[in-house]
Amino acid sequence: MYEIVEKKVLSDNVKLMKIKAPLVAKKALAGQFIILRIDDNGERIPLTIADYDRKEGTVTVIFMEVGKTTTQLGTLKTGDFLLNFAGPLGLPSEIEKFGTVVCIGGGVGIAPLYPIVRELKKADNYVISILGARNKDLLMLEKEIKDYSDELHICTDDGSKGIKGFVSNVLKDIVDKGVDIKVVWAIGPVIMMKVVADLTKKYNIKTFVSLNPIMVDGTGMCGGCRVSIGGETKFACVDGPEFDGHLVDFDNLMLRNRRFVKEEKHACKMAGVEL
Amino acid sequence: MAVRKTKHEMPEQLPKERIKNFNEVPYGYDEKTAIDEAKRCLQCKNRPCVKGCPVEIDIPDFIKQVALGDFDKAVEILKTKTSLPAVCGRVCPYENQCEGECTLLKIGEPVAIGRLERFLADYERKKGVKTPKIKTSTGKKVSVIGAGPAGLTCAGDLAKMGHNVTVFEALHAPGGVLMYGIPEFRLPKEIVNAEVDYIKKLGVKINYDIVVGKTITVDDILKDYDAVFIGTGAGLPRWLKVPGENLDGVYSANEFLTRVNMMKAYRFPEYDTPVKIGDVVATFGAGNVAMDCARTALRLGAKKSYIIYRRSDKEMPARNEEIHHAKEEGVIFKLLTNPVKFIGDDTGLLKEVEVLKMELGEPDDSGRRRPIPIKGSNYKIRINTALVAIGQSPNPLIPTTVKGLKIGKWGNIETDEEGRTNIPNIFAGGDIATGAATVILAMGAGKRAARSIDTYLKKI
Repeated sequence: MYEIVEKKVLSDNVKLMKIKAPLVAKKALAGQFIILRIDDNGERIPLTIADYDRKEGTVTVIFMEVGKTTTQLGTLKTGDFLLNFAGPLGLPSEIEKFGTVVCIGGGVGIAPLYPIVRELKKADNYVISILGARNKDLLMLEKEIKDYSDELHICTDDGSKGIKGFVSNVLKDIVDKGVDIKVVWAIGPVIMMKVVADLTKKYNIKTFVSLNPIMVDGTGMCGGCRVSIGGETKFACVDGPEFDGHLVDFDNLMLRNRRFVKEEKHACKMAGVEL
Repeated sequence: MAVRKTKHEMPEQLPKERIKNFNEVPYGYDEKTAIDEAKRCLQCKNRPCVKGCPVEIDIPDFIKQVALGDFDKAVEILKTKTSLPAVCGRVCPYENQCEGECTLLKIGEPVAIGRLERFLADYERKKGVKTPKIKTSTGKKVSVIGAGPAGLTCAGDLAKMGHNVTVFEALHAPGGVLMYGIPEFRLPKEIVNAEVDYIKKLGVKINYDIVVGKTITVDDILKDYDAVFIGTGAGLPRWLKVPGENLDGVYSANEFLTRVNMMKAYRFPEYDTPVKIGDVVATFGAGNVAMDCARTALRLGAKKSYIIYRRSDKEMPARNEEIHHAKEEGVIFKLLTNPVKFIGDDTGLLKEVEVLKMELGEPDDSGRRRPIPIKGSNYKIRINTALVAIGQSPNPLIPTTVKGLKIGKWGNIETDEEGRTNIPNIFAGGDIATGAATVILAMGAGKRAARSIDTYLKKI
């Protein structure tokens, strides 16, 4: 059993939880994920690690309530327990000194971006962060990311904060200014990662994206999380979750992530969950 | 009195009924039938059946006690060599092992050793399993990685030898393939849990959610333990490598079975994990896992369930019993048929598979006749779900994270017959060493490794 030692409501349907899991915290690195299960009837869901504190023995996850399990998770309180919490899974981000790097986070994708920004800064990179969300209420970790960024750009779809527009517009402006960007990290909705990767491909800038396919075991056994990378089948749980954005078949990922939409709706209805 | 030439039948659920539920198919012997069957045993002096058993059960001895009606004594004999008799009595391919060596084969069918083993295990479980005597502690600590058949057997045997054993399991439940792979109707999970409880009673501790290679490494473990046994099993599924394999509707056998068995998707939405299959399901491959998939699909409500296999019925690797059960239940076998590509509708949902007819040529490396495509024989079959059951490669998490560990060309851990790796305090066995095989072979490997570990511990 794993205790929820802290819970924060970041916006209507986005929540932060700090979970007591000393073994996971001890090994966690930026870019990795965990698999959790709430109770005996629960499903196993992957969440990317938003932070870890080795001394405290805690791991932080931030999630949006998008289905039955995440909604149920959102109802839990500080002091409640999760039945299972396994990790850290997947390969960590390849952090090194690149020079100038751009870190792009969209919506709830800002959460897993945070430790990457921090580690890149610690590795002595010039970090330009771009955070985007539908509106200002959905922006998160602005201060934390600002602390480790040399430049911070904010944009919202509705213009309620920062520039009105998409993260890709901001990135294009930076590229057009002639900034010598060595690497881009882009984490967010699949469509955002696709648009960013399409853009950076034109300029030949190496781009990492973090993929979030449906998983079951998360340990390299079931093959449910397979993704097509440069025409080759890879498994996000053991080969990822980060991949070269220029090689990812995003359309197939979107297709595979829709596999259980109907079932999810049914589960929500049966559980009386309104999304 | 002449010996009866055939095994006593084991009653089972009628095919029409059983495809509507997930309950176990056979009911097992009653006491009288078990005694009568045991009386068929000739008690051969040379004990050929024992040589056929990977875990060396004293088969004639326990059968003798069954024939005498002393089931408690029979259980005691059985359990000196196996900690998982209820599992073995259900999923072991006895026909190729103990029963395949039985002297009675000369005049007819062998003694139904598997059914008798199952009978005894069930008898004991109903009566209440006795807590076994445990040897005084040796003070030595062993860690077992993976709570599947190899790991549980190794852990149980080491505990009986008096060692202090801790198992690290990546998933949230014990049993490995017994839990996530083999369906409820062939191996009820309650039975797996009962056998795991017995192993815990031997003093074995099981820690879940520990993904060795990630949460902790083998090197971390060896700081606290005298030796480690790696039994992490088969890993990533193999694919057909035909176009369309990533469409919505194509599952690996592992994903499909894990959803249904371990995550209990057949009881969705009571359980949160879903599975969807539609009306027509095609399983590719013809091993035991493929039969499990095809039969599970029927129970989930598929109107048609195909087995599509590129060789002929003679080459099918599944046990005869599984093939027989699948046929009885209405699984349609399309043999000498190979998939060419999966075709989706405009939303990316699988709608058909294009296949090619095959004929058999000369034997290949495996000794089986090589299937050769018949040109121009392509045709399409409408399907909603494809289940790919053509095997797995070893789980990569440990082989890639232990420095200096000798790895074979398939990504498997190299060991000798006794489960020793090239590193003196690291042992391995089961699918991680041999590639995908059977439960009983994994158990045999776990048993031999336990003996090697014991020998090693006595030396240090």
